[in-house]
Amino acid sequence: MPSSPAARPRVGLFATCLMNLFRPNIGFATAKLLEEAGCTVEVPSAQTCCGQPGYNSGDVDAARALARQVIAVFEGFDYVVGPSGSCMATLRVDYPKLFAGDADWLPRAEALAAKTHELLSFLTDVRGMKAVAADYAGIATYHDSCSGLRSLGIKAQPRLLLGAVGGLELTEMRDADVCCGFGGTFCVKYPEISSRMADEKTANIEASGADTLLGGDLGCLLHMAGRLKRQGSPVKVFHTAEVLAGMATGEGIGGTSK
Amino acid sequence: MTEARKAILGQIRRALGRGPLAAADAAVLDARRPTHTRIAFDDDLLARFVSRFESRSGTVVRIGSLLEVPAAVDAYRQQHGLPARAAIARPLAGLSWPADFVHHPGPAGKDEVLSVTACLAGIAEMGSLLLASGPDSPTTLNFVPDHHLIVLHATQIVRHFEDAWAILRACPGGMPRATNIVSGPSRTGDVELTLQLGAHGPRSVHVILVH
Amino acid sequence: MKVSSPQFKEKSVIALADPRLRQALGQSRKGFVNKRAELVGALPEFEQLRDEARDLKNHVLDNLDHYLERYEAAVTAAGGHVHWARDAEEARSIILNICQRVNAKTITKGKSMVSEEIGLNDALEAKGYTVVETDLGEYIIQLAHEPPSHIIAPAIHKTKEQVSELFEAAHGGPRKTTVAELVTEARLVLRDKYFQADVGITGGNFLVAETGSSIIVTNEGNGDLTQTLARVHIVTSGIERIVPTLEDVALFLRILARSATGQETETYTTLSTGPRRPHDLDGPEEYHVVLVDNGRTKMLGGKFQDMLRCIRCGACMNHCPVYGAIGGHAYGWVYPGPMGSVLTPLFVGLDATYDLPNACTLNGRCESVCPVRIPLPELLRELRHMQHQQGIRPQGERRALGAWRFVAERPGLYQFANRLAARVLKGLGGSTGRIASLPFAGAWTDSRDMPAPEGKTFLELWQARSKP
Repeated sequence: MPSSPAARPRVGLFATCLMNLFRPNIGFATAKLLEEAGCTVEVPSAQTCCGQPGYNSGDVDAARALARQVIAVFEGFDYVVGPSGSCMATLRVDYPKLFAGDADWLPRAEALAAKTHELLSFLTDVRGMKAVAADYAGIATYHDSCSGLRSLGIKAQPRLLLGAVGGLELTEMRDADVCCGFGGTFCVKYPEISSRMADEKTANIEASGADTLLGGDLGCLLHMAGRLKRQGSPVKVFHTAEVLAGMATGEGIGGTSK
Repeated sequence: MTEARKAILGQIRRALGRGPLAAADAAVLDARRPTHTRIAFDDDLLARFVSRFESRSGTVVRIGSLLEVPAAVDAYRQQHGLPARAAIARPLAGLSWPADFVHHPGPAGKDEVLSVTACLAGIAEMGSLLLASGPDSPTTLNFVPDHHLIVLHATQIVRHFEDAWAILRACPGGMPRATNIVSGPSRTGDVELTLQLGAHGPRSVHVILVH
Repeated sequence: MKVSSPQFKEKSVIALADPRLRQALGQSRKGFVNKRAELVGALPEFEQLRDEARDLKNHVLDNLDHYLERYEAAVTAAGGHVHWARDAEEARSIILNICQRVNAKTITKGKSMVSEEIGLNDALEAKGYTVVETDLGEYIIQLAHEPPSHIIAPAIHKTKEQVSELFEAAHGGPRKTTVAELVTEARLVLRDKYFQADVGITGGNFLVAETGSSIIVTNEGNGDLTQTLARVHIVTSGIERIVPTLEDVALFLRILARSATGQETETYTTLSTGPRRPHDLDGPEEYHVVLVDNGRTKMLGGKFQDMLRCIRCGACMNHCPVYGAIGGHAYGWVYPGPMGSVLTPLFVGLDATYDLPNACTLNGRCESVCPVRIPLPELLRELRHMQHQQGIRPQGERRALGAWRFVAERPGLYQFANRLAARVLKGLGGSTGRIASLPFAGAWTDSRDMPAPEGKTFLELWQARSKP
């Protein structure tokens, strides 16, 4: 591969499991935005999962095994960026904890953590992006996904860039920062509680008057879209990156409403 | 129960991975006087006290001298239709109370409706009153009657809790048995979080502020 | 108190179906959460105060033995008695002994979570004492024969109508319908009890090593009437509630009420130092403090030491969306919500409490409001790790995780499996782009559609696009 000029940092795109399987469009939107931000984008094909399912289920060994794999695959890049607050928080916040006291791996985990960013944070905080050349006709409301918000401090960044999208009106829903009830395996271990939490969220989405729901984590978006569609809601659901890249076309996550 | 004491202290030390503190280390801890962050506000202590105290449904009347206290109490009493009877703390008993006004120094009994007490200080920070128990200030006067009237001199208002602690530490006989920091009438939100005054203690706390 | 945490799932489903509970919890969310946000927003010093509170608690825990000894000496010097209890049984027997010695009949109680923790009421009633809870919320649930569902608002799950029913049954009619009438009725009924009481038992928000004072912070004044009017005052408190000096008390008074109820301050803060003095006109003749360990020293020096910073404000449960959906009873013991999900497994054991650390989305809202910055999600994750190590987690999950790891450690296999899944799931989605019912995934599709994949994976498409 050609070596990048210093001015064009090489970014390793972290393809999150859910995006890879359910919504490649978010991955392409991410790549487009990264290129617009002056980066060279590569997608290592040896990547798999960040290990969070193991970490959150008490299987720390499995989490470490996958973390080593991620570190090895991505440590040659200038930055590691992915369209998920949740997965990127695992790399950025949890990896150093996983290798606490490990003289070999802790420095590598910390080095990776330091250059790992969630997409929106990277575009604005690191690359100084303030505007995008995209249009979207609609009234959108933004859901703050928990990991991005509380582990990585992502709150103003998406709103800043969404404010620059032509034709898009951003309206705040009540309790935008309250969990939608996804929570990884939580949503299938405790489906009744999870659904009630989703109901609170969809009620707030409907009450906001928005016709579009945006967010930065596909897990949450799949969950909220699944509940909205089951309720027959016409609200469209997109990942923030899709709108910012001008790639929010079609019916959105969860397909058409009937 | 000395066995339990020994076991608990021993378990704490094992968990902390050490024995009892050396005398020198203990002395350092005993000398510790922390200065935590205090809440900043402007210099008008009186205005701060009144606004914070009133924000919790406390009421305040201002008078010019201590001699006017009986008249202020009588006005309050008549305004609320209360009988001419009160538990009045000893330091205030010597004022010239109306001839028909029956009063006693406490303690307050079950049917006590009105009490009048002095206090150690007003604390401006959150609008609170500092009362210390003793023969001159029985604790029941602060909690049993429906109406608690507190005489506070404007010069008694201090800025922060820390300033009030200095007053407590200077009490003859050391720390009072009961120190009550009262910030308004008794209240509850235990039924549907609906605020209701007069849960168990006074329904009304009225400050007679002497300038 | 009995542990019903093993029935968490069943109880949470029942709670979700209770419209009155939903109404009650909805009100509490609006009340506590909004008021706290308003106050904290107006206080620029708040985050700094949280840091200092965390650091102070850590300092106390690092020197806990010293401060406990200093506290004991100060209480004794003021004429009070300190008792040490290793566990719940020891604490109960200390209190029963005092009650027996002073020939008690009626015992009034201010709110104390430690007394719930040690199962005190049942023990006292079994010995024939009349026990009266005087905090209005505690009184309501005592009438209902229920445990508290919230640590600072124990009857938060009850609607006004339910309280009306309980009061009518206990006090006779006519039925009171407004909150004002209900509160007045309780005031009158309980007033007699304070004056009848032989022993008054309260908790202790803080124990001050410097002065030997126990502190209660209340809104109602019931704790003060309880401890002032009874002949004997007994304080029950966990050993971790020590603070060194009055200056440290000031720090907590600035954050406690704001975090707990969204008040600038609660109405009453009372420092009690020993029994009635020679010339006092009122106050208890005896003053006792029961210092309860009951599992706390086991948390010291380990991964859960941070939990000992807890000041029992309830902010974590007020902000927990899971607690907000199911209320406190499903958690099955004394302490509900996030702090309870950490404490209960540590106090009563991992075996009976499998669900508590798991019924959490790790959303972190609890940690973001904790006044002493306890990393609650991290502690819950640590409990999951302990469950994994001890083989308590379900076999199905272990097998699934094993399979997931096997595949995820092999990038080629992982990509192949994803490509296959993308195609199968797209097929199932048909023209709608979503799946309404999926075998083996009913836990998702019973209540939610599953958005269908686009048919090819991102890695697959990216590689295809990148080839010349």
